[in-house]
Amino acid sequence: MGQQSNLKRFWRHGDALWEALLVALALAFLVLVLHIGWMLWQDSELSRRAFGWRFLIPTAISHWNPAKGLFQAWPSIYGTLVTSLVAIVLAVPISIGIAIFLAEICPPWLRLPLNYLVEMLAAVPSVVYGLWGIFVFLPTVAVSAGNFLAATLGKVPGLMALFHGPIPTSGLSRLGASFILTIMIIPTIAAVSRDVFLAIPREQREAALALGATHWEVIWDVLIPYGASGFLGAIILGLGRALGETMAVTMVIGNSVEGSYSLLRPGYTMASIIANEFAEAVKALHSSALMEIGLILFGITLLVNVMARILVWRVSSRVPGR
Amino acid sequence: MGGVRFEHRYTYRKAVNIIMLSTTGLLTLLALIPLFWVTGYVIVKGGRYLDLDFFTRLPAPLGQPGGGVLHAIEGSILIVALATLFSAPAGVLIGYYAARHPNTPLGMGVRFATDVLSGVPSIVVGLFVYGVVVVRLHTFSVLAGGVALAIIMLPTVIRSTEEMVKLVPPSLREAALALGAPEWRTAISVVLPAALEGIVTGVILGVARAAGETAPLLFTTLGNDNFEVIRLAKLAIGVGASPWEIARLILTQPVDALPLTLWKYSQQPYPERVNQAWAIALVLMMLVLGLNLMARVWLAYRRRR
Repeated sequence: MGQQSNLKRFWRHGDALWEALLVALALAFLVLVLHIGWMLWQDSELSRRAFGWRFLIPTAISHWNPAKGLFQAWPSIYGTLVTSLVAIVLAVPISIGIAIFLAEICPPWLRLPLNYLVEMLAAVPSVVYGLWGIFVFLPTVAVSAGNFLAATLGKVPGLMALFHGPIPTSGLSRLGASFILTIMIIPTIAAVSRDVFLAIPREQREAALALGATHWEVIWDVLIPYGASGFLGAIILGLGRALGETMAVTMVIGNSVEGSYSLLRPGYTMASIIANEFAEAVKALHSSALMEIGLILFGITLLVNVMARILVWRVSSRVPGR
Repeated sequence: MGGVRFEHRYTYRKAVNIIMLSTTGLLTLLALIPLFWVTGYVIVKGGRYLDLDFFTRLPAPLGQPGGGVLHAIEGSILIVALATLFSAPAGVLIGYYAARHPNTPLGMGVRFATDVLSGVPSIVVGLFVYGVVVVRLHTFSVLAGGVALAIIMLPTVIRSTEEMVKLVPPSLREAALALGAPEWRTAISVVLPAALEGIVTGVILGVARAAGETAPLLFTTLGNDNFEVIRLAKLAIGVGASPWEIARLILTQPVDALPLTLWKYSQQPYPERVNQAWAIALVLMMLVLGLNLMARVWLAYRRRR
């Protein structure tokens, strides 16, 4: 009797309904995210059946020919990997430098405006970077850098395959894409690294200073080793952004499947080949192959992001009493 | 002897200190060069081609000067509004759930899924919405674009709601419960309003991100040079359509958006189109950077109080 009236009150309050609504929405959200992977898996079935693992393995770079029904993802996977790696190599020192400056050195009055500027750098729409890349940045900076690389590293026997020129006069190339990616991932790496620095307990700095270390020695010998896994996480997060970046890269990489591995030549990335060809893919096998590339991209970015989150979380959870 | 060596060592260490510390400052400047370069160029170049026609007319035929991008402005507004409608209420409730149940399997699942979704490349979201919405409706549409951008916005909304709800003092919630308010009433009239400013900021940041996205729209809205809401509505009223039918007609049209049009124009050999691409870039930058700056400055200001 008493129990029943409790139950009645419970329902009249509406809390069960509220809880049900929240749980339903949360579950729907999980289903949505799972469904993205599931749909890509299903819609790429045709391509997976036709090519199997051959789709993924390295081959001559021009094995992507919609007219002949020949599809292998390697050319675009190569493009994605090489542009992202070059971007990471260029972006890491700059980003860590910014993070050090923002967290450790910069005077307080400058901190807020600088933080805003770095965030603005991240907020500029990707198409705007692309437009600026095509008409301003590539013809000047990328072309001169490309010519310089072709004349120096391009002559070194072991590196010829990577740096042989000439770079197109438009600058549309893997190198150009790497440069634009560098600009786009710097804010991500810098912001996360800055937070890692800020999460390191004060005692670490004070102990090192008390032992007579200079400011730089505190940063280099104490803070960076202390936050190492966090910085690694920041870098991997930047890598995730570079791997998935679509529009700016599509606009500046030249979108071509010519058979060259060189950084100075045009190419494709996984994201750019989908952006460029999916709307025009008439044949079922073609669109299915693009779906499979989407699936691979989804898988890789998933892996990369999960790894990054775990690393960053390990530093911030080690901080006592925060 | 030892003292001299120590002096040397000390000078060396001081020099390294100064050089490296100033290097970090220089690197910060270096990274900001592209920001000023892009912004400056877009303002100078885009400002020159921005006029009233740009906002009020449909595109001129290819190769002819004049015309505007009214179709893309209307398209962007509709798509982003729809995306906000889809993602904001759901995202706020999901974020509230994640904040209230941080350690249950579902709560952890939601937080994990939020991280995953924010890392999914936007082009993949486009593929997904193509498969789920466009294929079923048999047409590229405003609706599909709205769904795609809603998925892009969701992680931002969920995460900011979660963080803001966590900042609301527990005593506030307990006070409401102690007065006999049920859990749902407490959430809607006490906890969420207390976190409202942060939540709104999160939604604005989501809108800013969605408004600049191109990749998810490539195969969901496709593009449509003749999209004009008022003309469509007049046409539909002319044949006696009900409001429901008018809405359906508009939402199932292929449509352009500002970033999408910018991308298309940048690929065209006509100088008029490229010039307009710069003007679109200026409008987009003002919109996106303006929203961003507004949201962040406001939040920082409120936090300090």
